[in-house]
Amino acid sequence: MAEKVLVKGNEALGEAAIRGGCRYYFGYPITPQSELTEYMSRRLPEVGGVFLQAESEVSVVNMLYGASCVGVRVMTSTSSPGFSLMQEGVSYMAGAELPAVFINVVRGGPGLGDIQPAQGDYLQATKGGGHGDYRLIVLGPSTIQEAIELVMLAFDLADKYRTPVEVLADGMIGQMMEPVEFPEMRSLNTLPEKPWSLTGAKGRKPNKITSFDLDPYKLEEMNLRYEATRKRIIANEQRWEERNVKGADILVAAYGTVGRIMKTVMELAKEEGINVGLFRPITLWPFPYERLEELSKKVNTVLTVEMSGGQMLEDVKLAVKDNAATPFYGRMGGVVPTPEEILEQIEKIIKGSESA
Amino acid sequence: MNAKVVMKRPKSLSQTDFTYCPGCHHGIVHRIIAEIIDELGIREKTVIVAPVGCSVFAYTFFEIDGTVASHGRAPAVATGMKRSRPDRIIFTYQGDGDLAAIGTTEIVHAANRGENITVIFINNAVYGMTGGQMAPTTLIGQRTTTTIHGRDPKAAGYPIRICEMLSQLEGPTYIERVAVDTPQHVIKTKKAIKKAFENQINGLGFSLVEVLSTCPTNWGIPPVESIKWLQENMMKFYPLGIYKDRTEERVREGIV
Amino acid sequence: MALGYIEIDEERCKSCGLCMNACPKKVIRFSKSFNSKGYHPAEFYDPEGNCIACGFCYMMCPDTAITVYRYEKVAANK
Repeated sequence: MAEKVLVKGNEALGEAAIRGGCRYYFGYPITPQSELTEYMSRRLPEVGGVFLQAESEVSVVNMLYGASCVGVRVMTSTSSPGFSLMQEGVSYMAGAELPAVFINVVRGGPGLGDIQPAQGDYLQATKGGGHGDYRLIVLGPSTIQEAIELVMLAFDLADKYRTPVEVLADGMIGQMMEPVEFPEMRSLNTLPEKPWSLTGAKGRKPNKITSFDLDPYKLEEMNLRYEATRKRIIANEQRWEERNVKGADILVAAYGTVGRIMKTVMELAKEEGINVGLFRPITLWPFPYERLEELSKKVNTVLTVEMSGGQMLEDVKLAVKDNAATPFYGRMGGVVPTPEEILEQIEKIIKGSESA
Repeated sequence: MNAKVVMKRPKSLSQTDFTYCPGCHHGIVHRIIAEIIDELGIREKTVIVAPVGCSVFAYTFFEIDGTVASHGRAPAVATGMKRSRPDRIIFTYQGDGDLAAIGTTEIVHAANRGENITVIFINNAVYGMTGGQMAPTTLIGQRTTTTIHGRDPKAAGYPIRICEMLSQLEGPTYIERVAVDTPQHVIKTKKAIKKAFENQINGLGFSLVEVLSTCPTNWGIPPVESIKWLQENMMKFYPLGIYKDRTEERVREGIV
Repeated sequence: MALGYIEIDEERCKSCGLCMNACPKKVIRFSKSFNSKGYHPAEFYDPEGNCIACGFCYMMCPDTAITVYRYEKVAANK
């Protein structure tokens, strides 16, 4: 058992990537994730890696495009406004089937917003922030330990399906310190082969990587290929946590930091005789619709709680349909809801349904 | 009497027909680059980063690995490639809209970092692919589909001299502006581009060659006359010549 | 006596005329026939054998449609 280390979330995310076999980082400073960029600038040279601070996030995503083209595991980390600047590049990488990992430490928005934790980027992440038909695999960690595992998973999924993957953290996960365990360093020669990469046409026909074709029927074929990949991902890669759902009076859907806060809310509720169940999606795309739909048949209410105006709420409604009521509670602007105020919402709903 | 071939299609050119208009200088520059790749024996380790523009298809015109960067971002893509596989030969091929408008940030910073890449910059003073709009390099008074009365600096600013601008930076090793309007200049252009590739092979840092080029279709001038227009107008505002050459210095410094 | 000759790939030629413009010996002209794209391709025409195989045409051709041949010199003292 590796010993536990007290570490800051941002740095843990960086070390996790290195343990996962990533040796190339291109980034740009932005609060609340800059410590990750700083960490990589120190740590990567120690492991024979390459760190480059670019002139803008637009350049960053294109450097990722290039690094991925030549077959290396590559990543960046940014925060909401920075990731918005990367959307064209992400669409290009999706269209060119180029693997890479984007860590988005989400902050209050829109616009310049603030630097507090938030979840207002859910729709951008899961419905496609750039142009064209594509989706990213989106992973939502709720603790630093889980974030470590999901960053390493992100690289494996990116290579397995040849797609960009986004780890949707937030300012809380980035800035918090927690004792964590790091898995062993993955050896680079166990990384998957990439015969499609642009390493020079030696002993083979030239490889071409592009998202471009002027012939609409050929472009449609490319799109059908991406769609088939999406279907495989949906079939194989859905992940979630369900806790205390059997016999629950009410089910709460929450992810990331709010998913963690819910564990405290559940204890407080138990003391008041309210049995709260938690459904916590870990893959925000592919969203676990079927499982949530099943669970929603056993309760009257599925309450969605987010640090936003209600974005995952849309996916919850798609899953629950009319099996149960789907109220929402959220805080925007980077305000983190307290367990007590969430509990209050639950009590109102439970009392409301008892008196009705 | 038997004869031997002295000049033929270079091996590094694919068999695909060029999509360029009759008389477009893109095709001449492509052949020069392919000759150099053959002569330097680097076909099997060279990668082209094509831009968005008329030369977006360039990634299919060479018998080498290739990709297409989003508009203006080729220097960043090339940076990502070169930093990840320093032993490959990476070059970008970009038009003036791509490099001097949307891509100025990327080219300035790649040059400033002295990235060990080769940049071929085609300056034909218009946006070709999209139908002849004004480019950053459009001359004062030059008519385009977005400056139909001629470019007026009060409204649309001044043409940008990229070689002069980039040569102010410390980062670049070699910057030269050339043209392919005559066979003599074609020979000089080949010398310049070959040096830009050799610098990369020898790890000597950032090289950029700007090639003044005609655009008969969008200038609305037949191919042969468009060469005259280039000589009488573009060459005046964009003087040919070497704007930076630290090659020897870099060799002495032993930058690898 | 011509020092060489050229072959022109009629299908690649787009009738731009840059080769003729550069040819110092004016031994290239437009063909009367059409290629499949509807261009009058360039045509080598050197009845008096003026070609000096300088390759200017090859250098100026934007479509690399020209191949240049040079006759091997017969040893003078044979």
